[in-house]
Formats: sequence, structure tokens, C-alpha cells
Amino acid sequence: MRIPKLVAALAAAVLFTPAAQAQTEIQFWHSMGGALGEAVNNLAGKFNASQNEYKVVPVFKGTYPVSMTAAIAAFRAGNAPHVLQVFEVGTATMMAAKGAVVPVAKLMADAKEPFEPKAYLPTVAGYYTDLKGNMLSFPFNSSTVMFYINHEAFKKAGLEPKAPKTWKELIAAGEKLKAAGQQCVYTTSWPSWMHIENFSAWHNVPIGTKQNGMGGFDAQFSVNSPLHVRHVAMLGDMSKKGLFTYAGRTNQGDAKFASGECAMASASAGAQATFRKNPKLDWSINFIPYHDDVKGAPQNSIIGGASLWVMGGKKPQEYRGVAKFFAFLSKPDVQMDWHTSTGYVPITLASYELTRKSGFYDRNPGADMPVRQLTNKAPTANSKGLRFGNFVQGREVIEEEMEAVFAGKKDAKTALDDAVKRGNEILAKFQAANR
Amino acid sequence: MVENRPYLTALSHAILILGVLAVAFPLYVTFVASTLTLEQIMAVPMPLVPGDQLIENYSQVLAAGSRKGSAAPVSAMLFNSLVMALAIALGKIAISIIASFAIVYFRFPLRSFFFWMIFVTLMLPVEVRIIPTFKVVSDLGMLNSYVGLTLPLIASATATFLFRQFFLTVPDELTEAARIDGAGPMRFFLDVVLPLSKTSIAALFVIQFIYGWNQYLWPLLITSEESMYTVVIGINRMIVGGDAANEWNLVMATAILALIPPALVVMLMQRWFVKGLVETEK
Amino acid sequence: MEKRVVFRSAWLPYALLAPQIAVTVVFFFWPAAQAVWFSFQLQDAFGLRTEFVGLQNFAALFADERYLQSFGTTALFSVMVAFWGIAISLVLAAMADRVIRGALAYKTLLIWPYAVAPAVAGVLWAFLFAPSIGIVTYFLKRAGVDWNWIIHGDQAMLLVIVASVWKQISYNFLFFLAGLQSIPRSLIEAAAIDGAGPARRFWTIVFPLLSPTTFFLLVVNVVYAFFDTFGVIDATTQGGPAQATQILVYKVYNDGVKAADLGGSSAQSVILMFIVIALTVAQFRFVERKVQY
Repeated sequence: MRIPKLVAALAAAVLFTPAAQAQTEIQFWHSMGGALGEAVNNLAGKFNASQNEYKVVPVFKGTYPVSMTAAIAAFRAGNAPHVLQVFEVGTATMMAAKGAVVPVAKLMADAKEPFEPKAYLPTVAGYYTDLKGNMLSFPFNSSTVMFYINHEAFKKAGLEPKAPKTWKELIAAGEKLKAAGQQCVYTTSWPSWMHIENFSAWHNVPIGTKQNGMGGFDAQFSVNSPLHVRHVAMLGDMSKKGLFTYAGRTNQGDAKFASGECAMASASAGAQATFRKNPKLDWSINFIPYHDDVKGAPQNSIIGGASLWVMGGKKPQEYRGVAKFFAFLSKPDVQMDWHTSTGYVPITLASYELTRKSGFYDRNPGADMPVRQLTNKAPTANSKGLRFGNFVQGREVIEEEMEAVFAGKKDAKTALDDAVKRGNEILAKFQAANR
Repeated sequence: MVENRPYLTALSHAILILGVLAVAFPLYVTFVASTLTLEQIMAVPMPLVPGDQLIENYSQVLAAGSRKGSAAPVSAMLFNSLVMALAIALGKIAISIIASFAIVYFRFPLRSFFFWMIFVTLMLPVEVRIIPTFKVVSDLGMLNSYVGLTLPLIASATATFLFRQFFLTVPDELTEAARIDGAGPMRFFLDVVLPLSKTSIAALFVIQFIYGWNQYLWPLLITSEESMYTVVIGINRMIVGGDAANEWNLVMATAILALIPPALVVMLMQRWFVKGLVETEK
Repeated sequence: MEKRVVFRSAWLPYALLAPQIAVTVVFFFWPAAQAVWFSFQLQDAFGLRTEFVGLQNFAALFADERYLQSFGTTALFSVMVAFWGIAISLVLAAMADRVIRGALAYKTLLIWPYAVAPAVAGVLWAFLFAPSIGIVTYFLKRAGVDWNWIIHGDQAMLLVIVASVWKQISYNFLFFLAGLQSIPRSLIEAAAIDGAGPARRFWTIVFPLLSPTTFFLLVVNVVYAFFDTFGVIDATTQGGPAQATQILVYKVYNDGVKAADLGGSSAQSVILMFIVIALTVAQFRFVERKVQY
């Protein structure tokens, strides 16, 4: 009978789990899919080729939330990776996990690797540094939100292909574009990141107390200030008038701009890679708009993206390998390579200078806009970044309330008050669980 | 039909045809989309006749997956799905039939207790114990493995009940005859019970193969490495893709590939499947 | 029901039962017990600090408007999916029962969606209804409907209902067809002789005789809507927009996996367990009792 053989083969397939090869391996879990994943593999490959004591093994573990859940479960089971890429909203969770993570500053000091915090761009490193100045995680892929316009659409509406600098100008341009038949005038990706978090930093107003949460876990949200209410109400109004098309909570706005459907979009600096793929698209990258009647605006924008955290419970030998890997990643030429091929910002001043000297920004006008927007002014307490516990849920709450405004179901003040109330409950829960 | 009412018959056919069209419509659009280029799909409205990219899209997807989100080749994912579906179907049948045989044909202490234990699992679908089951599997080191994908899903109350109901209809005379011949329980099982159960096994195979193939939540939780994706999860991972627009033509091609094997199983084994389905639940 | 003739053995039945019981204990009971245990704890994401807080997680859930809203969303979703799934398939089955020619063809063509995974069904319908490129969206916009399910919660709900019902039609259809075909022809003929038309016959004879099937399908469809539609929701709306499609089971996943809130998610799991138990008990007491062996 053929069945027992089939069963045996199946049993073999099911029970056989490939054994892992043992070496001084550094397990690096990341969430960079597609072309970005290849860039990560290149980086690891270069590091592995440059020495033969350590081998970095990058593994694509799915999107940021999936990868983080897997890492947490692995940690609980005693086999976490050495390096984990965690998105910026997970920073507070990682920071609170004393014993589960090793701060980068400590890692480098213990391994006696040269490490100079001042060499890193302040806005970039500041997000991942504690108040005492110790860098906790390694900034790996940082972007910021930028403003893109479609030149062809502007010309068709009889406008100069120059980006509006203020929201007033944007609305005026939007009305002309709409009159010229443009279906979608303005859209955005990552609505909370753009219109609440970066909005606050760009206008030098706080997102929350305690220096946006960096000063302690007992922070509270302050996104229902009159300025925030005014801005979200403006967006709701624009939505009603057809001047703002809501695309969703993640990067769904990118596709709308890339296809030419929308004439203006705020999206991540990393979206440039997508836009470049469509040769027919005539676009430019610009600073995000601001309200010119707010004192201090524009200040500087804050980063998004992810950083690399070092997980605890590993051997000193392995940590030395991780430290060497981070030192490698900080080298100006490595940074320049990463920055120019992905669109993420360079994290050290030296690499920024090197890229400038190489003429890359001359050949690709606008490629340095993200860094320039991040360093527009020296960061204040309101614009270094943010660090709220359970911010994955917090951001969702904010976005839900914003969606209610865009759908015309709530007015901006009620929505933002609710966002603050619900957001604070989430913060309180985090604080209680991490006492 | 009792009397001849041509009008009503025509109406019946019309409604049925409408039903078939409504049911088939999404499939048709999906198939068309899988034969177009991405630009053709993005240009609204997309054409409703098949394009010419059939070979390109399907070979692209089988060999190298989507370029944007997950880059896992779909052929590998189809293999994973196949292993999972077969292992679950055969595993469930195997352990349920012997468990059911034990419950029905033996008297032993704790018999009722074990029976109720199995019954209770009906009330604990995986969605109700998501995180702890994930933790158990993780603690056992079974994440991202075929064992982890299949073993937790192998205990099934429905299969045990189906066999139990069937066994209860097997005439006692057969059992008596076997005992008179001096056959032990396992002999009786292999020579008499198993052959008689062929139809039930076939029906159950169809149902469980589809169940295993279409699993979503469980593989979603425990596979985070591309090499272990099943094809249903692969589609999801292609869409929830990070920094770029979805390649719908490739996603649709994958969707078609994902539904062909179970659809084939259903259509080819239709008779057993229908019989088994209707009789299982009753 | 018992067998008259049985075997006796000291160890064999246990050996035969062992695999099933082992898997059941390790993968069902142990995690279920853990879910109950976790529901009484407050933990940080990494499990480095745990604190026993009694019923606090449950209290927090019932005080959370969002959770109560999820009950309502789940109720609405299940009622719509069950009602439309049953209604449409009943019509199709009644029609298929009438026609002699092509019956097998219709049957084959109507049952294949059973093979489609809920998640894939979700993807197919999301593609048809995609706000920018969907073909159905195109026609809706031409008809003047402002279709954008990313903003409008009720449209998102409509999308997942349609996808879920579409998939379930074949299953319901098969049962109704079997049920219809088991109704004695003599009853129908007697009514026809008495002068009752087809519609009257259906409502006064056929439908009441189908009630065990209908009730059974009601329970099955509700359970399907509660749990198996997870794939539909995750592949399309992920509970949004603004939690408009956040059914209970999706919230458990969201809070447990995406937000790493183990205590809250486990409390929700426990509550879901009670709901499943109630539904299963209902199914077995009221339906299975009627079946004779």
C-alpha cells in the first residue's frame, strides 16, 4: 500500500526542523521588506566580509508590530535575537524593559568601541537618548515627514510649480487645483505622525507633558490645545470641501500621489523611492507647511522610522560583535551608502558632510531636504521627539478621533478632548504596569 | 415538482443563474486582474476582459513573490500550505479515529471523563486562546516550524464525533463475529472498522484539508519567517506591505493560486464532501 | 447510545486515546488556563513585572466604551451575516430543488466558494471595492455614491458583511438543499391537491419543516461570524475605520498582539469563552436532541 509511505514522508517533512548552524552569530531581526530588505542584507554582507570573527544574520520578521511580538515571545522563551529593529513608537516599551535590553551607550563602553554621541545628528539621536544623555538604541532608519507636490498638476491649474509654504497658501492652491479639475488635491500618509506629532514639533508646541514623555512615565497628552483644535478643524473643513482626501492610517497616501491622483501629499522621506519609480511623475520634495501666525514656527520636524535595540541575556563575546557592527554602521561611507540608496536620513554629521561633498545633493536636488528640515533650528524641549508608553495604541486612538472629524461625525474640539482622555488612560495603564 | 408551471421554472433558472454569476463575479475579476499589468489595473476602470500577462505574472509570483512587501516565492508558500493541509487532515483523521474507536468499543474507567474532555474543546476555538497558545508553542520552540503549524490544530472534536456516530451504526453482529473468530480489538479495527469507514474518512479528508489549507490566524501568529509562510498568509503579507503601493496583479495571481487546490478538492470529491458535511453536523 | 458488544483491555483504550488527549491538554486546556490566569494580572510587555489585580482587567473592560461598542459591532455584524447568508442561500436552494435539469451543474457552481479562505474572500472583495481602483467603486461613483470605506465606517462594515456572506452561501445552500430534499413529497402533493400554490406550500409546509436546519444554520452562521471572519477583517479593514469593524475576536488579537496588552486581551478571551460555551450548549441542547440515532 502506498499510504504508509506517504504518511512516513509526511511525518518526516513535519518532524524535520532544520537545525541552526552555531557560530559567533549575531541574530538581527528586522522589518525591512522588498528592496529595503536587500539593502539590509548588503550592509550585513559588507560587515561580514570586513572581518571574520562575527557573522550578522539579518532575518525579515514581518512588519514592526509582528516582529516585536515575536521578539517579546522569544525573549520570554529565552531565545531572543541579539539585535531587534523596533519602530519609534515602541521606544517607551523597550526603554521600560530594564533587564530585557542593553543600552547602546553601555554596550559600546563595555566593548571598548569608540563611540561619540556628539557625532550623531541631534534630532536623530535625541529621540533615542535618555535625559542623562545616554543613547539607548541605535538610530538605524530614520526618516521625517516631507511635503511633495506634483508639478504637472500645478502647471495645469495655472500655478507656478512651487510648493505652498503655509497652510493658507496650500488651501488657496488647493482651490485653484480643484477648479482645474484635480480630483484629489491633498492627501497624507501617517496622519497622526504628520498632523499631530510633527505638527506640534514644527510649531514648537508640546505633544505631552514632561518634555513629550521623555521626562517620565507619568506624562499626559496635550494635543487638545487651541492650536491643535484649530488645525484639525481646518483639516475637517478641507475634507468637507474636497480639499483633503483621507487615505488611511499608514502610507496609503504614497500610492495616491505616485499615481498622480493627488496633487499634493505629505509623506515619509522614504516615499521618494516609490515616487522615483514612476518616470512620468514630475515632483519635488519640500518642507511641510506651517501656520505663519504661530510664533516660533517653523521649528524643526521629528523623526520616524526605527532604531536597533540590543536584547539582554547574551554573552559578552556576542555583545562585542554587536558593538563592532554598530561601529561599522556609523562609518561615514557606510552611512552615505545607506542614505543615498534608501532615502533615510544620514545619522552622523560626518556622513552628511561626506554625501554633500560627493555631489549627491547636486545631482539629486531635494535629497537633502529631510536633513535640512530636521536641523532647521536647534531642537527645543517640544521638538526633540516623543516617548509615550503603549504609543501604538495611543496613536491609534488619535487617528480614530481624527477619522471621526474627517467623516464629519465629530467636531475637532470634542474629538481631541476625547483623544486626550483616552490617551491618558492608556498612559496610566502603561505606568501602572511598569512601576 | 408537483405541477408544471413553466413560468416558475424559468424564474427559478433565472435566479439560479443570477446566483451563480454573483458568486462567480469576484473570481472572474480576480482572474482578469491576474492577467494584467499593474498600470492597466491602476487605470480606472480596469478592463473586464483577460489581458496578456498571464504567464508573466504567474511565473513572477511563483518564482520570486511580490517585489514590494513579502518577497517569498509563492511556490514555496504553496508547498507549505500543502504540507500543513495534508498533515492536519491526515493527522486529525488518524488520532480521531483511534480515539473514537476507544470511546465506542471499550469500557474502561474515566471513559465518560475523556469523552467530555474532547467535547469541551469545541468550546475553545483558537481565537479564544490566541495569546496563551502562542506562548505555549513559543516555549516549546515550535515557532516557524511545520510541527508548530500543524500539531496544535490536530485535536478535533468534530472528527471524533463523526466517527463515533458512524461507529454506532455499525451492526453489533460484526463485532460478535470478530470476537468469535478470536480477533482482538486492533484486528477488528483494521479488518472491519477501517474499511467500513472509507466514506467518512474521505468526507472528513475534504473538510479538514480545506480547513488546514485556509488557516489564517494560526499561521499568522506563529510564522514570522518568510520561508514558513503559507499561501493564505502570503497574500496578507503582500498587501500589508510597508513603503510602496501594492502590486495588485501579482496579489490577484497569488489569490488564484491560493484557491485552486482547495477548489479542486471540493469539486472533484464533491459527492463525499457533501455527504460528509451534511452528515457530520447532524 | 452504547454498544452492546465491547472489548475489554487494561491499557489499549488509553493508548488509543493518548494522542488526542495529549494534544488537547497541551494545546487547549493549558493555554485556556493560562488565559484565565493572565486575565487576573497586569503585566508589562516583556513579562518582567507582573502584578495580581483580581477582576480589575474585567472592570476596566466593561467601563471602556470601546469594548462595549465592540459587542454592538459584533452583534450587528453577526445578525447581518447570518440573516443574509441564510436568506440568500434558502432562495437559491429552493430554486435548485425545483429544477431538474442542470441541478448538478448549479450545485457545483454554487459550492466552490466553500473552498475559499475567509481571508482570500476578504482580499477579493476589498479589491472590487477599493476606493481608488475598484471596479465596483467605479460604477458606484458613476451612480453618484461617495464610496470610500477607509473613511466611512458603515461602508467598511458593508464590505466585510458582503465578503463574509459570499463565502458562507455555499455551506448554507448545501444544508438547505439536503433539508429540502428530505421533505416527503407526499406532504407537498397533498397540499397541492388541496389547491395551495407554490408560495403557500413553501411558507406553510416547507419552511416549518426546515426549521431544525434553519436553527442549526443560525447557530453555525453566528459562530462563523464571531470567529471565522477574523481573516476577512484582518485582510481588509483591520477593525477600522475608527473601530467600525472591530468585532470582539479581532479586538482580542489587536490588544494582545499589536498592543502587547496581555491582561486586557486575556480578559477579553475569557469573556469570549463564555460566549462560545453558551452558543455551543445552545447548539447541542436544541438541535442535536432532535436527531435520532
